[in-house]
Amino acid sequence: MLAANPQLSAHGELRHLLTIEGLPRETILQILDTATSFVSVTERDVKKVPLLRGKSVFNLFFEPSTRTRTTFEIAAKRLSADVINLNVGASSQSKGETLLDTVANLSAMHADMFVVRHAQSGAAHLIARHVAPNIHVINAGDGRHAHPTQALLDMFTIRHYKSEFSGLRVAIIGDVLHSRVARSQIHALTTLGVPEVRVIGPRTLLPSEVSRLGVHVFHDMRQGLKDVDVVMMLRLQTERMSGALLPSAQEFFKNYGLNADKLAVARPDAIVMHPGPMNRGVEIDSTVADGGQSVILPQVTFGIAVRMAVMSIVAGNP
Amino acid sequence: MKTRVPDAESLLAALIEQMRPAVPADTGMIGIHTGGVWVAQRLHRALGLTAPLGTIDVAFYRDDYGSRGLSPKVRPSDIPFDVTDRDIVLVDDVLYTGRTIRAAINELFDYGRPGRVRLAALVDRGGRQLPIAPQFVGSTLEVADGELVVLSRAEDGRLSLSVQARVGAGA
Repeated sequence: MLAANPQLSAHGELRHLLTIEGLPRETILQILDTATSFVSVTERDVKKVPLLRGKSVFNLFFEPSTRTRTTFEIAAKRLSADVINLNVGASSQSKGETLLDTVANLSAMHADMFVVRHAQSGAAHLIARHVAPNIHVINAGDGRHAHPTQALLDMFTIRHYKSEFSGLRVAIIGDVLHSRVARSQIHALTTLGVPEVRVIGPRTLLPSEVSRLGVHVFHDMRQGLKDVDVVMMLRLQTERMSGALLPSAQEFFKNYGLNADKLAVARPDAIVMHPGPMNRGVEIDSTVADGGQSVILPQVTFGIAVRMAVMSIVAGNP
Repeated sequence: MKTRVPDAESLLAALIEQMRPAVPADTGMIGIHTGGVWVAQRLHRALGLTAPLGTIDVAFYRDDYGSRGLSPKVRPSDIPFDVTDRDIVLVDDVLYTGRTIRAAINELFDYGRPGRVRLAALVDRGGRQLPIAPQFVGSTLEVADGELVVLSRAEDGRLSLSVQARVGAGA
């Protein structure tokens, strides 16, 4: 029996965004539809709307990030919020302050929303359980657990290029073991009704329980990529690896790096995605990353509209 | 109170006749979702306007976001012409408090600085809470505070009006 979903209110409205797991399909579609409307805002002369005017959004990053933190900052500013960026690893935490004390102090500064990135799985959940009811929490990546806004922007990108989720064959490739992105992607894809989700990688980088999530497991790129519509690459997270999971980056590239030759096995109109930052020549070849099937940079742009949608939906649900 | 509900198609015809002499062909017309867009589509065609029709969903500009949150069904706004210095007509189905029009004007100004903005409504039911007045109206209609005037569109495109009790009256 699952505990009540802490990110939903008693009326089933999204109050925090902590994980894709257990999120109703309607909620995911509402976020994607709202993001579509924000895309048209970002194409205007004045790219701001007044929804979060007078609100303070704290970007609370305990782990380094460029893309995610910047797109959250742009999203909050386009909603007219005030944004405060905190690189916490460098200050309070090193002086011994606990996570909840840091949050309590920032709440005393009248924070309305926390965007949290933390190396510890469950950090955003912990904060969401302890903040006052009028404060909203968005998980911007916690440990190996979840990165829900990345998965949502990936879903937005897929829908943008493929229109429908039903009938798609989607492959997630590489270091699934260390990837919060992969976990969130799998939950999102299955919730949205993608009939065939594949994961491809070496045995050492695929968690043993992954097949229980309803995905097909492949250890060979050419078999796994056969006829797929969407190729979702993952970053090889060498900084999270301990012990000998891999012989070498060169060996990994030879077997699991995406190059034009392997991509040719997928459908000719397949799109290639990557959450960034890319390791060129490790998990993806430059000819593919910069090629005609790559939608890696549109993913970044769509990330702004998707984060605007998430922030404006949670902030409106007390 | 029993309200006699007018025929929407007759009101539309009256609105078109009012607007024809006053709305030049190069006017930019913008319908407000959802009913306002239906009315605007008909007006746009009947008046032979040359610029494509624009649409606005005011969800990102509403003044009740703080109490009611974001509408779960936001449609993208689309203004496919340059609004700067242009003569604009905003179109809504039922004009009531004026708050939707305030939101639409605010959104419009984020696209540029229009030369003039006028307002057309199929029905004016009174009850204004802001200093907003329409230039073109199909008809005025007296209804009780607890009632809603709702525009519907049939599959063949015909418009009709009905008066319904408000859910959770008093809002």
